[in-house]
Amino acid sequence: MKFLVFIEQRDGKIRKASLEALSLARRLAGGPAVAVLPGKGVTALAAGLGAYGASVVHVADRDDLALYSTKGYVGALDAAAKKESPDAVLIAATAMGKDVAPRFAARHDVSAIVDLMDLRLEGDRLVGSRPVYSGKARAEVDCGAAKLQVATTRPNVFPAESQPGADARVEPLEMPEVAPRARVVRVEASEGRELDVSEADVIVSGGRGIKGPENWPLVRDLQEALGAALGASRAVVDAGWIDHQHQVGQTGKVVSPTLYVACGISGAIQHLAGMGTSKVIVALNKDAEAPIFKVATYGIVGDIFQTIPEVAKAVRAVKAE
Amino acid sequence: MNSLVCVAYVPDTESRIKVAPDGRSIDEADVKWIVSPYDEFGLEEALRIREARGTGSVTVASLGPDRAKAGLRECLARGADEAVWIDTGDGRYLDALATAKALAAVAKEKPYDFLWFGQKGVGYDESLVGPMVAELLDLPHVALVVKLEVGEGRITAHREIEGAHEIVESPLPCVLTAQKGLNEPRYASLKGIMGAKKKPIAEKKLAELGVPEADPAAAKTRWRKIELPPARQAVKLIPGDDPAAAASELVRLLREEAKVI
Repeated sequence: MKFLVFIEQRDGKIRKASLEALSLARRLAGGPAVAVLPGKGVTALAAGLGAYGASVVHVADRDDLALYSTKGYVGALDAAAKKESPDAVLIAATAMGKDVAPRFAARHDVSAIVDLMDLRLEGDRLVGSRPVYSGKARAEVDCGAAKLQVATTRPNVFPAESQPGADARVEPLEMPEVAPRARVVRVEASEGRELDVSEADVIVSGGRGIKGPENWPLVRDLQEALGAALGASRAVVDAGWIDHQHQVGQTGKVVSPTLYVACGISGAIQHLAGMGTSKVIVALNKDAEAPIFKVATYGIVGDIFQTIPEVAKAVRAVKAE
Repeated sequence: MNSLVCVAYVPDTESRIKVAPDGRSIDEADVKWIVSPYDEFGLEEALRIREARGTGSVTVASLGPDRAKAGLRECLARGADEAVWIDTGDGRYLDALATAKALAAVAKEKPYDFLWFGQKGVGYDESLVGPMVAELLDLPHVALVVKLEVGEGRITAHREIEGAHEIVESPLPCVLTAQKGLNEPRYASLKGIMGAKKKPIAEKKLAELGVPEADPAAAKTRWRKIELPPARQAVKLIPGDDPAAAASELVRLLREEAKVI
């Protein structure tokens, strides 16, 4: 069973979600996988992928891949697939991965199983599992009649396992010149390049219970204490208290962090859909009947204007130990 | 400038989900259906482009069983000019490639400048069909669009990625997938609802569009089964009367029991 893994890098750093996909490929294959790494100035990053399970990394290191383009990056994956003829292609379900996967799949006349939270092999067929219908159900999916199996993995779900061993062999990938029609002309960081909720291991979210945008410092304090990303409910995004980038839920981002702390969030279905698969959920809310407590692991029922600062203080105390 | 807006008619997110006896689909008995919210952003943007220019048309297309027509009527009521319904006969699962092939066939029938999709169809949440249609038609695409400027034969789109926006320029025609933040969709007016009854809905049979994957045996992805998620363990509630004591108990549990901090 041969796996080809698409490796994403931004700003000269390999994305953790790609290392998770690569480690998963090694685990499923019971041996090394091959990888493809497109970008500019990325050759130096390739050998280190050996530790995560790559025996060979096809590197497309070119000026015309400095910024993301669908054409260039799908082109690199396609060139690597032509060289390797893999049985399966794994891609992390990041913004880039979600852009690459459908175009690559359609080019090969197949579909893709996506955003998987579990993946196993039955013989040489992938069987995945993912939440559907806002997390109210779980679907077991496979690639049906497809010869080439394409799957995307949800970030932060599978472990990225580094093992001591040989470096990956680095092979320059030949591909035609990229003249993309849709071209990224610049990248604008939002709000001082904050950690995005979809990449975060810990998220602290605020909802209506914080009563107004002037009270974000309360939530920010706990967020900083935990080294977390800042999330928000739809209600407060719609009210204009914070940018949509922070929204967790059905019409926002779907996240699976290790720890999710909901501050003053009642837990509408559409919010639970976005964070219900978090490993540990803490709810801070004054209303003991709030639906958020139905999915929470731990909860404090009380005035959040008193509990949040105390929790931040207690977190700082144990972290200082 | 002409737009084709592809919409999915999906279970309302507030609907209760029950598994059907076949174990692979949902029981549709009590489900309320809505136009997938992200598709509404695409429709709204297409309507605004038509209104700003004073020319061009907005066509909506949907694929599904009979009920999909109700979704199309809703889009016509909001201001779309015409609709195309691809009749799948029943509500069974079609994979993304089959869906994309059917919609690509419809998109080829008229010269469109914009092909709009939601960034995902709520329910399946796959985010596959839009870019697949672009690939099948050999068109550029920009996914997760939160802002759009339309020039002559070109667009500049702001695309949402992790912690940043990519500013993308593309020639038209182009496939775009709409993300929340792009606009605030309008409601249908009473006049719109009345007018929608007179607007045409062209009907096509999926079987006539030449989509091999529509045959379940040839599908390139399948749902083998669906089940309700395992119930989470009951919450450990800590009374908040003494906030400091509650906080230290919570942090103790997080550290010693859950081992997450």
